[in-house]
Amino acid sequence: MHPIEFRQASWSEPLLFEYKGQRRGIQLPRLHPKIAREVGDPLKRIPSRILRENPPLIPGLSEIEVVKHFTRLSQMNYGVDTGVYPLGSCTMKYNPRVCEDLAHLPQVELLHPLQDEALVQGALELMYRLERWLCALTGMHRFTLQPAAGAQGELTGCLIMRAYFKYKGEEQRDEMLVPDSAHGTNPSSAAMCGFKVIELPSAESGCVSLKALKAALSERTAGLMLTNPNTLGLFEESILEIADLVHEAGGLLYYDGANLQGVMGKARPGDMGFDIVHLNLHKTFSTPHGGGGPGSGPVGVTQELEKFLPVPLVEFDGSKYYLDYDRPFSIGKVHGFYGNFSVLVKAFAYILLMGFKGLRRACEVAVVNTNYFAKKVREIKGFTIPFNPYKPRKHEVVVSAEQLLNETGVSAMDVAKRLMDFGLHPPTVYFPLIVKEPLMMEFTESATKEEIDAYLEALRKISEESYSEPQKVKSAPHSTSVRRVDDVRANHPRTLCLSYRMMMKKQLSL
Amino acid sequence: MEHHPYIPNASEAAIKRLLQEIGVASVDDLFSDIPRHLWIDDLPELPPPHTEYEAKKIVQELLSQNSFHPNLKLFLGGGVWLHYIPSVIWHLISRGEFLTSYTPYQAEISQGVLQAVFEYQSMICELTGMDVANASMYDWASALGEAALFATRVTKRKTFIIPKNIAPQRKRVLLTYTQPVGIAVKEVSYSRETGLMDLDDLTSKLDDETSAVYLENPSYLGPIEDRCEEIGEIAHSKDALFIVGVDPLSLALLKAPGDYGADVVIGEGQPLGLPPSFGGPLLGIFACRDDMKLIRQMPGRIVGLTTTKDGQRRAFTLALTTREQHIRRERATSNICTNETLCAIASAIYMALLGGEGLRELSKIILCHSHYAMKKLNSIPGVKAPLFSAPHFKDFAVKLEEAPTKEVYQLLLKKGIQPGILLTDNFPELGESLLLSVTELHTKDDIDLLAALMEEVLSKCTQ
Repeated sequence: MHPIEFRQASWSEPLLFEYKGQRRGIQLPRLHPKIAREVGDPLKRIPSRILRENPPLIPGLSEIEVVKHFTRLSQMNYGVDTGVYPLGSCTMKYNPRVCEDLAHLPQVELLHPLQDEALVQGALELMYRLERWLCALTGMHRFTLQPAAGAQGELTGCLIMRAYFKYKGEEQRDEMLVPDSAHGTNPSSAAMCGFKVIELPSAESGCVSLKALKAALSERTAGLMLTNPNTLGLFEESILEIADLVHEAGGLLYYDGANLQGVMGKARPGDMGFDIVHLNLHKTFSTPHGGGGPGSGPVGVTQELEKFLPVPLVEFDGSKYYLDYDRPFSIGKVHGFYGNFSVLVKAFAYILLMGFKGLRRACEVAVVNTNYFAKKVREIKGFTIPFNPYKPRKHEVVVSAEQLLNETGVSAMDVAKRLMDFGLHPPTVYFPLIVKEPLMMEFTESATKEEIDAYLEALRKISEESYSEPQKVKSAPHSTSVRRVDDVRANHPRTLCLSYRMMMKKQLSL
Repeated sequence: MEHHPYIPNASEAAIKRLLQEIGVASVDDLFSDIPRHLWIDDLPELPPPHTEYEAKKIVQELLSQNSFHPNLKLFLGGGVWLHYIPSVIWHLISRGEFLTSYTPYQAEISQGVLQAVFEYQSMICELTGMDVANASMYDWASALGEAALFATRVTKRKTFIIPKNIAPQRKRVLLTYTQPVGIAVKEVSYSRETGLMDLDDLTSKLDDETSAVYLENPSYLGPIEDRCEEIGEIAHSKDALFIVGVDPLSLALLKAPGDYGADVVIGEGQPLGLPPSFGGPLLGIFACRDDMKLIRQMPGRIVGLTTTKDGQRRAFTLALTTREQHIRRERATSNICTNETLCAIASAIYMALLGGEGLRELSKIILCHSHYAMKKLNSIPGVKAPLFSAPHFKDFAVKLEEAPTKEVYQLLLKKGIQPGILLTDNFPELGESLLLSVTELHTKDDIDLLAALMEEVLSKCTQ
């Protein structure tokens, strides 16, 4: 099998600001003459010192110009729809279009969040039912659907821990344990809630070191934030013992759901002893990531922690659904309204389409796909799988290019850049931090065997090139919209350019 | 399971072939490290699989219970507003290359999203008069929470001053973000007459512990503040930051906060081309002046313009990532990772369709509609509209002098009109009052109907 030949579109598309002329891409409504007569010029009622003299310097284009501009930009982008996208810990699976259609219905998009409850019963019921499904899938008691992303879910979870210990009069618990293999959001979310972060070194197995855990646990421990399967794709085999240790020390166990894909429908965090769980609907439940969002990060808790969930929760009184704000122990609100509702609609539709059987099959196939890749990639010169290479992974696997770097000078980043020349999206690179030259690969259930084979073939070719003509890899990519980007220039205070206005002020020639 | 539309390798045969290559006998062998008693076989609470047709029908039937504008006349604002969204926006953001991509970590293959976000940032800068805007926060409320944390990082002070007439939901989020890290939030009172901030009260609350003074303009209750420069000077006199929260559409008419001394501008980008969507996804705006002391403390992703390494071509990339969680971990400026990028792109498309002049024209139309509504309502006996004497943009409070608001609200609801938000619970000092919002979508007929029915209902209530 030969890797695909690929050349990404490369338009020298000007900035909107560089289009000449003030045109218009929309017909504005005409003011009713009676209204015009009745109100005169209301701007006269506003003191001139707060009025803007000239319209903002925002370019206006005709509709067709706007369409061309953004179509061209889209052609210089790569999504799940373009090709295989094994970005580790991001679960880049196919996003069924029917879910998009449903989220685009006027009954979803045109609802105002402050409409009277009687007028939004369908929306409330959808949230209520989605919550029950998420509870069943994870083994948790209640969920809040409010957090707008995984990291906000983590923040919510950490706030719940804080509220719980305050309630119990154990405010001295100010330490959060986080494995050194954890996602960066974990320590960052804990710190935002005022917790001191204690990093736990992983054992040689790549899993939590029980010895290190025991040494770190104390009467100051608030909890342990754990990803299971972890970022190496390994299931924490000692999870029950870990849960016992954390609970015996009086702490809570937090589940980072970024990797739920690896056990979905096979095992549940609630049964493993987790007290708080966040999910990423934009990963596991197939809502599209939109180039960086919107996402949705619901948080589930045990019965004991229910009272601390954000307000409002959706309740049912036997005849109607309502928003319950009367929750005196709640941590408050993390979002202006109820979270990313249209994303919830997509996840709801996805669960309906898949059913329990489909969700479970998605997990199984993702795991099979990734293990197939892991088995084959070990055979390629320069690449190794650290931490017990023969142990089955779950949905993701971390490959190290350390040997390749030592022998050829080609780094994991170079490999990532060269992969793009074959029309393949690179894996997550330089994460987790406990692996040298890591390439973190996650093949979801959406990948075909042929795509995985093509990916392996591309890696084989890159390995050969690294040993024969390393410069070809180190100077990659050659086939993307632009060649390798100058990050030093992008970040240097003198050349830093974060807006068109800044570019003009600094007179940068870019 | 046989073939599955979203799982190419779903069939037993396909799986068996891969398992043989892996060298294991069954799928379960790959899960053998999970303790056996944790395995689950079925969850009866979850639905069975459905065909696309069946799933569509279920969701459509469920959602058909919802009513929406204009079938139902909603005069609702208060943080999310009803504006017209051109069709082309949805079509462009639905292009798979945008919709199904992840955060643009690999710049070379992601120039499309990066340029679009850079354009969004640049347009927000033009509206706000700031030099730097980030790629988005979740919403205005979380942008406010982050702004308070930001102000403490910049000034090392721990008191954040807000107006008392802030949106209740925004205040609730702010407190959720600030309480755990010990930031105190102080409220400045407002004039019952004008609806504007009490500057004497502001001066008395400001001290050497104040990290920032936060102003919302127009305020949640509608009045437009014209003494912004003065408020900024008061904040700066104690070396506190001056942060302004905005409805960006108002900035087509009102002075850019950057031109009256703001250090940071936050706000809700939803009016710029996003549907209300029952409150989410929204688009949190966060922008600041060109000052490295501020920029280095910014939360969230920022796209920068640079060149390729060979200097041959313009290129975009994520800039200043060393502030962020994936590198700095517990010392990051924020934990935000996934944001609202696609919404930012939608709003860039919206702004490009209107241009600065179109935005201004639209805002003038809104201004005329809201003023017409205020005039019509004010002519009804027993109604004071607007409640405050300061000028307004699209939101305004209305006082019912002689009738119980809740009753009037319920009676109008029965007639297919939601006359805004009840203010009585959150602002008891205002008595029987409502917060209404009028935009370009509210036609003369809609407004006349509201006024006619309000008059009819009031006459019943006061009889």
